[in-house]
Amino acid sequence: MNKQVEEVKTTVFPFGPQHPVLPEPIQLRFVVEEEEIVDVIPQLGYVHRGIEKAIELNDYRRNIYLCERICGICNYMHGMAYCESIEKLTDTMVPLRAKYLRTVWSELGRLQSHLLWLGLFSEGVGFESLFMQIWRIREIVLELNEATAGHRIHLSTNVIGGVNMDMDEGLVNRYYTDMDRLRKEMDTLAPVFYKDKAFQEKQVGKGVLPKKDAVHLGAVGPTIRGSGIPQDMRKNYYEAYGFLDFEPVTYDGDDVYSRTLVRFDEVYQSIDLIEAALKQMPEGPIVDKNDRFPDGVAIVRVEQPRGECFYYAVGNGTIHLERMRIRTPTLPNIPPLLHMLKGYEISDIPAIVHSIDPCMACAERITYVDKGGQ
Amino acid sequence: MPKMLDNILRNLFSKPATVRYPFEKPEHVPGTRGELSFDMSRCDQCQDCERLCPSGAIKVDVEGKRIEWDPYKCMYCHLCVRSCMHEAITPLDNVQPPGYRLEKKVFEA
Repeated sequence: MNKQVEEVKTTVFPFGPQHPVLPEPIQLRFVVEEEEIVDVIPQLGYVHRGIEKAIELNDYRRNIYLCERICGICNYMHGMAYCESIEKLTDTMVPLRAKYLRTVWSELGRLQSHLLWLGLFSEGVGFESLFMQIWRIREIVLELNEATAGHRIHLSTNVIGGVNMDMDEGLVNRYYTDMDRLRKEMDTLAPVFYKDKAFQEKQVGKGVLPKKDAVHLGAVGPTIRGSGIPQDMRKNYYEAYGFLDFEPVTYDGDDVYSRTLVRFDEVYQSIDLIEAALKQMPEGPIVDKNDRFPDGVAIVRVEQPRGECFYYAVGNGTIHLERMRIRTPTLPNIPPLLHMLKGYEISDIPAIVHSIDPCMACAERITYVDKGGQ
Repeated sequence: MPKMLDNILRNLFSKPATVRYPFEKPEHVPGTRGELSFDMSRCDQCQDCERLCPSGAIKVDVEGKRIEWDPYKCMYCHLCVRSCMHEAITPLDNVQPPGYRLEKKVFEA
């Protein structure tokens, strides 16, 4: 054999920004040796929207709605985290009933996000009928959203100091019946997730992220819980989570399959949390209003469906905030994604990329412009 | 196999999960956040709605006693409905249908 054949040739091929697997634009350039991925170069910045600057220029009371538009799927928790940070800056005490309502609605948001992901992922690995079944089940949650606040996705019920909508007895009963329905529907799909060989074939042993690397690279949310580490911001007991009994769902497989199962089990966990919170929910006022302007520094961390979301707010006693920094869970999950792609084949890319639940439009805060070395 | 047969028979005779949209309108529950309608006999042009609107969809002309509402800028948060002291803004149950032109709705006294 001559020398040329022995030399290993690497090829670079682009994946994205537009690709059927990707819900949102990110470009990953794969350096491949034949079928094996050797290196990955990410390129972000396709959907930078300048939302942090817009928040700083806006009246702080109007920003709740702007923050809810950072991410359509985790909208409730973005609004809640913003309100929490302003409540810290203005020393507002949120009534207990409002805390419970926020907990219920953020778990409802987690439900619809996880069901959306489970559907999209099944489609990504080529199981389209499962995708349709899961999205049919998701309608239960969306209809519940509409019955609660009038919109299917954007609840927009947060205000600074509490919530602006209450739940009457009829609605609470509807929550109980719909959660029962949801649990039964999920039970019919459980055998597919736990036993189906064809479904597991694309996931087991793919995209392995060992425990040590998951911590070292700073993974968050179901990505790190799929590596067996019980990291969950809800265990910081914000809102009413301190009164509820739950343990973070973890799996030790370190692969794509354990991340899927973490999300699948968290659907059940969210149903349980909603029922427990509704049972414990006390009567009382739902909002506490005051006229103070935000002053000082506040840090808020909430657990979104994709992982930890971080809010940093600086107020200077005026109607505008001085600085707002938002770190959404996709950003810390990109380095683990690049790590877990290496060593696998091109056909594994869709499943592995999907396993971190990428949401690029939420994550992009900085655009780097290279003006020819200037 | 019997399980599959059960599934097939059930799906053959069950109703479709989706709504055939152009022929059938989806039902909206009471309390759906829909279009706004301004009752100008109640409105005192205090401009609270204009100040609070997060997307700047409402323009109040105090001297002319008229309100311009842009349904395509509006994000249907209904902050104005809750903030109006005279209850002059009533939400309708229907959702704004898509249009060909970006027309504003004008309400006059």
